[in-house]
Amino acid sequence: MKWKKFKLRRTPFVLLGIFLMLWLVGVSLNEPTRVLEQAKSICLECIGIG
Amino acid sequence: MELARKWVQALWFFLVNGFWGFPATGTLYQGPLKIICSPGLNCYSCPAATTYCPIGSLQQLLLGIRFSLQSGQYFFGTFVVGSMGMLGAVFGRFICGWACPFGFIQELLHKIPSRKFSIPSGLNWLKYGFLLLFVIILPLALVDDFGMGKPWFCKFVCPAGTLEAGIPMLILMPDLRSTVGWLYVNKLIILVGFIIWSVTASRPFCRTTCPLGAFYALFSRYQLIKLKLDEDNCTKCGACHKVCPVEIRFNETPDSCECVNCMRCMTEACHFDAISVEVAGYPMFGQTPERKRKTTHA
Repeated sequence: MKWKKFKLRRTPFVLLGIFLMLWLVGVSLNEPTRVLEQAKSICLECIGIG
Repeated sequence: MELARKWVQALWFFLVNGFWGFPATGTLYQGPLKIICSPGLNCYSCPAATTYCPIGSLQQLLLGIRFSLQSGQYFFGTFVVGSMGMLGAVFGRFICGWACPFGFIQELLHKIPSRKFSIPSGLNWLKYGFLLLFVIILPLALVDDFGMGKPWFCKFVCPAGTLEAGIPMLILMPDLRSTVGWLYVNKLIILVGFIIWSVTASRPFCRTTCPLGAFYALFSRYQLIKLKLDEDNCTKCGACHKVCPVEIRFNETPDSCECVNCMRCMTEACHFDAISVEVAGYPMFGQTPERKRKTTHA
C-alpha cells in the first residue's frame, strides 16, 4: 500500500524519448561517421596550436 | 560513500582515458570507441582519450554547418545533442559529481592544504553564457571567407584541453613546438589560473565556466535519478549546508542547478533521513518506504 504514496515522474521519460529521437535523426544522417572522423584526428585549434 | 565516489571518479578517468599505448604509437587513439560520447568533459585530442568530447564535437559540427550543407550533408549536431540529452535526462549532474575527469582533478587539487574561499553565486550564471555564446552562437555566426567558424570554447577557453591534450601533445610530437604562439600561452595562463583557483575554491571551473555542466544543469528538476528532500523529516538544522562542495543549501533548494549530486549531504550530514536518491519518483537509497515508516513512527 505504501507504493501508492509515490507518484511516477513522467518528464524524464519524455525527455529521454525526445533526445533518443534526435540521436536517431543524427544516426540516419550519418553524423556518427563525421564525429568519428573528427575525434580520430588531432584538433590543433582545440589544444591552443594553430 | 565519499571514498567510493573517489574510486568511481578514478575509474571513469581511466575509462575515458584508457589508451596507454600512445607513447609507442606516437599519436592519439584512433579506434572505433571514439564514436561513444564521453559523459564528462574530456578532450578527444588527449592522446589517451577513448571517447569523443561532446562540447568539442558539437562545436566542430556547428562551425562547419554551411560547408556540410553545401556538400549535401545535413550535420546539425543532432547525434551529439541527442547523446548529451539522453545522459542529462537520466543522470543530470550526477555525471559532474561522479564521472567527470576534470571535476575529479579539481577535487584532488582542492585537497591541497591552503586557505579556502567561497565563490560568489553570481558567477554561477557565467557557464550558461559560455554554453550559449562560445559553444553555439560564435562557432555558428562568425565565419571566415570559406564559411567556416572556429571552436571558440576549445580554442580560447577550455583548460581541460590544454591539460589533457595541449601539453601531452607537445611532449609527444616535438615538431609541434615550433607552432606554439600567443594562443597557447593564453590557454596556459587560463589553465594555471584554474589550477590555483581549484586549490583555494571548490570546483571553480564546474561552477563558473563548464558548458557541459551548464547543459546538464538544465535537467536538474527533471532528471530520472535525483536527490529528493523529505520536508516532513527535515529539521532545518543546516548540516547539509556545511558539507556541500558547491555551497548550496539543499534543504532550501533541493532542485538547485548547481548541485553536482555528490550525495555528501545524504551520507555525511543528514541524520534524519530527510534526503534520499529517487528514480522517477520512487526512493531507492537513503530512504526506502520501510525506513521512512520506521523514522515516522520513531
